[in-house]
Amino acid sequence: MNDFAHLLDRLAYEPRRNAKLRLLQDFFRHTPDPDRGYALAAMTGSLSFREAKPGLIRGLVEARVDPVLFRLSYNYVGDLAETTALIWPKRDGSPGPGHNNPPVPTLSEVVESLATIGKSELPARLAAWLDALDETGRWALLKLITGELRVGVSARLAKTAVASLGGHEADAVEEVWHGLQAPYPELFAWVEGRTGPPESINPAPFRPAMLSHPIEEEADLDKLDAEAFSAEWKWDGIRVQLAGGRDGEGRQVQKIYSRTGEDISGAFPDLAEAITFSGALDGELLILRDARVQSFNVLQQRLNRKTVTGKLLQDFPAHVRAYDLLAENGEDLRPLPFSERRARLERFVGGLDHARIDLSPLVPFADWAALAAARADPASVGAGPDADAIEGVMLKRVVSPYQPGRPKGPWWKWKREPYRVDAVMMYAQRGHGKRSSFYSDYTFGVWREAPDGAEELVPVGKAYHGFTDEELAKLDRYVRNHTTKRFGPVREVEYGLGKGLVLEIAFEGVQRSTRHKSGVAMRFPRVSRIRWDKPTAEADRIEALERILARGETEVHPGREITE
Amino acid sequence: MAPRPTDLLTLTREGLYCPPGDFHVDPVRPVPRALITHGHADHARAGHGAVLATPETLRIMAVRYGEEFCRTRQEARLGEEIRLNDVTVRFHPAGHVLGSAQIAIEQGGCRIVNSGDYKRARDPTCRPFEVVPCDVFITEATFGLPVFRHPEARDEVRRLLDSVRLFPERTHIVGAYALGKAQRVMALLREEGFSDPIYLHGAMEKLTDLYRREGIHVGETIKVVAAERPKLGGRIVLCPPSAIQDLWSRKFPDPVTAFASGWMQVRARARQKGVELPLIVSDHSDWDDLCRTIKDTGAGEVWVTHGQEDALVHWCETQGIRAKPLHMLGYGDEGEAEPEGKVEENKSEEKRSEQGEADDTKPEDAEPRDAEPEAGKPGTAKPARGRARKTRAKESAA
Repeated sequence: MNDFAHLLDRLAYEPRRNAKLRLLQDFFRHTPDPDRGYALAAMTGSLSFREAKPGLIRGLVEARVDPVLFRLSYNYVGDLAETTALIWPKRDGSPGPGHNNPPVPTLSEVVESLATIGKSELPARLAAWLDALDETGRWALLKLITGELRVGVSARLAKTAVASLGGHEADAVEEVWHGLQAPYPELFAWVEGRTGPPESINPAPFRPAMLSHPIEEEADLDKLDAEAFSAEWKWDGIRVQLAGGRDGEGRQVQKIYSRTGEDISGAFPDLAEAITFSGALDGELLILRDARVQSFNVLQQRLNRKTVTGKLLQDFPAHVRAYDLLAENGEDLRPLPFSERRARLERFVGGLDHARIDLSPLVPFADWAALAAARADPASVGAGPDADAIEGVMLKRVVSPYQPGRPKGPWWKWKREPYRVDAVMMYAQRGHGKRSSFYSDYTFGVWREAPDGAEELVPVGKAYHGFTDEELAKLDRYVRNHTTKRFGPVREVEYGLGKGLVLEIAFEGVQRSTRHKSGVAMRFPRVSRIRWDKPTAEADRIEALERILARGETEVHPGREITE
Repeated sequence: MAPRPTDLLTLTREGLYCPPGDFHVDPVRPVPRALITHGHADHARAGHGAVLATPETLRIMAVRYGEEFCRTRQEARLGEEIRLNDVTVRFHPAGHVLGSAQIAIEQGGCRIVNSGDYKRARDPTCRPFEVVPCDVFITEATFGLPVFRHPEARDEVRRLLDSVRLFPERTHIVGAYALGKAQRVMALLREEGFSDPIYLHGAMEKLTDLYRREGIHVGETIKVVAAERPKLGGRIVLCPPSAIQDLWSRKFPDPVTAFASGWMQVRARARQKGVELPLIVSDHSDWDDLCRTIKDTGAGEVWVTHGQEDALVHWCETQGIRAKPLHMLGYGDEGEAEPEGKVEENKSEEKRSEQGEADDTKPEDAEPRDAEPEAGKPGTAKPARGRARKTRAKESAA
């Protein structure tokens, strides 16, 4: 437990990806099985056991510490696990090290006990562990058993670290991952070169996704031969993989994976039941109503929900628009060229008898100019009422096999032009890591009519990228020289009629927001140009955003109950 | 008849005042006669008439504010009885920083001990705390919550050395207060056998030289030259806390940001400051030592000057000890002021940023002005934080 605790402690403070990776590699290399496997499971969210509720932990502390002092401390620290770890008293009369102290539990003991322990036994067991551990150990234990590690390590990063022990890419681990179970002895044996890769016994494994590069129109397009490519719509949904197959006992296994290999089947039972086939489909998860694709705003209602209610299923029916076939009845199709896979896909989807899965159509085009026209106006080439849910076109080289990762060349995404507004910088905040001494996060606003009829700027978003280091230095200097108020790390800068700095902001869409005073929030806002030249009076008005919002909300918008 | 404690020591806008002795203790504004517990800028200010303090504290004040920091000065020998009008005072070691003392004030059988700032943990750079039995014990409560339990400073320094071994190509930048903490960290590093030169931000140099003259083993130190920063991979650099997030620190090769402070015990606080390697090294008492010390003095009454007073006052009451918070303003400024969340702290933060701004017009890697506040004349040469605090003291007095 101690090694794991110290790893988490270091990771929690480490902002750099590469340094995190090094800490993880160091840990996986030096920690024995099965502890390192359980640590990997904890960091990839693959553990399931009886979690301790905050009330239980509070009760344990208050039995040992004056509740007034605990409350004052908790208010100060602001985190239950950390307050408890810090305040937990040493046991009275506990002798020095090496004398009959309660043994420090290993991570494996903790995980294995929690998997089997009864509810009534949990408090006493937890208290005994807290007695045995030091502060860092207590903190890590409490983070672990409340299910909130939050040390800034993604499942992907943890797998990358494990893979690198054997000189593999993370995708190699993803390939075998879903057939494995904690504490993964066969995985470590393989990356350490002691055995071959683990046999996947999973009948519906995840296959690492193939990703595309954005195309630079001027730079790339002219060099590419239009005839070598096939085009299709780029849907504004979430990328998923539907995998199905029969397990050893002949039962159908139905899995939905996210782009990163996360199993999200539980969130989409309506779609999972459509996986009656054996194979793996790559496609876009969308919400369809009356055969019409809904905007991403609508899809968001289905995402990140803890429970899936019948009402949610009814009002937000999930659907997959398939664009690739990776496996069929035990045959791996990924080495085949795209054109062959596409033909197999069309046959495969045609043979499915389920309305929730359909085919993403190809977009025919003669040359790049024709495709550009289709991209600018999808409705003109048959996208019909679905045009609003299209965010550009995908180009796929017809001879390309399906390669995991982001190989450069075979697949390109050619996104629709982003929306743009001219906004006025209002606040600036210091950045983090490399940028920690620069004012690099900018809150910007647009004009609207105030209740009293006057014109005012209202904040509509925050952007922290889109500029070069050189531009950042200039923006930072601008902020420092035009500060009007200071709130800790935040500065208010000069803004208004005749004063202030205009930033051209590019963004992908607008959502309604209850958190912003303006009532709207942008998707992926970034600074596209710094308009040193532009007077603030010429910045955009809130109505410009509201028009975009209205387009994306044709049926329902986030935050509002659906009553009809 | 013994006087009431409140007749012996009372709170004025300048700070604690002893009417029968006609002197202030650690006053925050200029007064005719001041007794100073230790050299941190929030306790030791320039511009008083007469100053009574330990010889080390007087020398620290002279280095910080110039020789003319007051009109007359008197050295207080530890344990020596000094008569001031109707009262006697005695200085006892407080274990906080070099020269730090508690001041026992006594008249007619009533003894009040003002401990200034103190700690019980081992510190190779100053004399250990001495328990002085008293009727009223005046204590700070900087870390007055039971979540503050400081680990062994030695182990924290070992963690720093471990990190240097793990990242041998990166510079380890350690934020540490210029008086006391920095030298303690250096002395601890030497005790652990670290013999490489330690690189110092300019603001650390004079006080470190003073410690060296006082016989503290800080080993070889080298002042950081701006142009040399890219070459200091694998080195340990000490700088004031304000500099760890400054442009100044960005020119080192892939720096690891460390901060030696009791505040580092709370992870969220460390992360807010962008600290990657928090080192819990405090020159104040942790919760257990605050409680232990109150009991050790046998005091029937405790006055709490500054910090997390609510919890400590509550604890005293549960122990049958009368206790009250003094709500004193103007302290907790330099030693280990809470790093965020206070308006006045932000003010001084901004002061520093302004200095940083001035640098923006110069070549980017110019030394921040933080490097200079120790030099110059009294009154004008106080550190920026002291200036900010003075403004506030005026505001609160008004």
